[in-house]
Amino acid sequence: MLNKLDAALSFHQNALRVRGQRQELIAANIANADTPNYKARDLDFGAAMKNAMAGVTRAGLNNETAKAAQTVAKTSALHLDGMPANLTSPNPTFANGAPGEPLFRPIIQGSVDGNTVDMDVERNQFADNAIRYEASLTMINGQLKEMLAAIQGQ
Amino acid sequence: MSLFNVFNISGSAMSAQSQRLNTVASNLANADSATSANGTPYKAKQVVFSAIPTRSPDASGVKVLKVIEDASPPKVVYDPKHPLADAKGYVTMPNVNVTEEMVNMISASRAYQNNVETMNAAKTMLLKTLTIGQ
Repeated sequence: MLNKLDAALSFHQNALRVRGQRQELIAANIANADTPNYKARDLDFGAAMKNAMAGVTRAGLNNETAKAAQTVAKTSALHLDGMPANLTSPNPTFANGAPGEPLFRPIIQGSVDGNTVDMDVERNQFADNAIRYEASLTMINGQLKEMLAAIQGQ
Repeated sequence: MSLFNVFNISGSAMSAQSQRLNTVASNLANADSATSANGTPYKAKQVVFSAIPTRSPDASGVKVLKVIEDASPPKVVYDPKHPLADAKGYVTMPNVNVTEEMVNMISASRAYQNNVETMNAAKTMLLKTLTIGQ
């Protein structure tokens, strides 16, 4: 019984978690708007959500795909994952990045100091993500209200 | 909970930007300081930002890596009446570019505001999350 309740809420629970993760990435982009050589990052929400629903976590990425993804040896957490394969496409993918992992934003207008943060894009995405987060919250609340109504039978 | 990390990230950016504003204030205040404690004219200071890792491996915060002295040459002004004038009547003034500093000031204050907004948005989202099921 409790399992079913859990399953009913799990979609929006995962959505909230991925939205929160995305909000964090965008906040980091806004924070680093003036940092030389900082590359803006974002999440492909659809792919990340698919991973979340399939139960793939970053810690659990010990399978073959993760091994294949990590062809570049990193000695510092600050190292980049490698160069994006198609910077100009609307959905850039990494030559060696697993789907659903944070990617680098395509460059719209490069700057001299190597920073790729475009504040207009970031503000847009930030507001959009925040509203979608609240939408998920509203849906969870609605589901809970429905369940309460069913339990109370009034 | 990744939303809590937004406070760390935005907070680090806010303190970095306020340090930048601090150097701008120092540069503007000393734009006419022809001498200093070591006898040379004041040198403009600039901050260098750097991304730092946070609790999450993908989202980085900001810190001021170092404060460097501006390498641009000092302004030389002809003013024979000035007590610090050399034999030919020239005074070496600080290399502060006031226009550049004003632009820096506006940029720092806008970036600070952006981060305050980010933090407020995260706070609203977290508070809303706390009301689930009520």
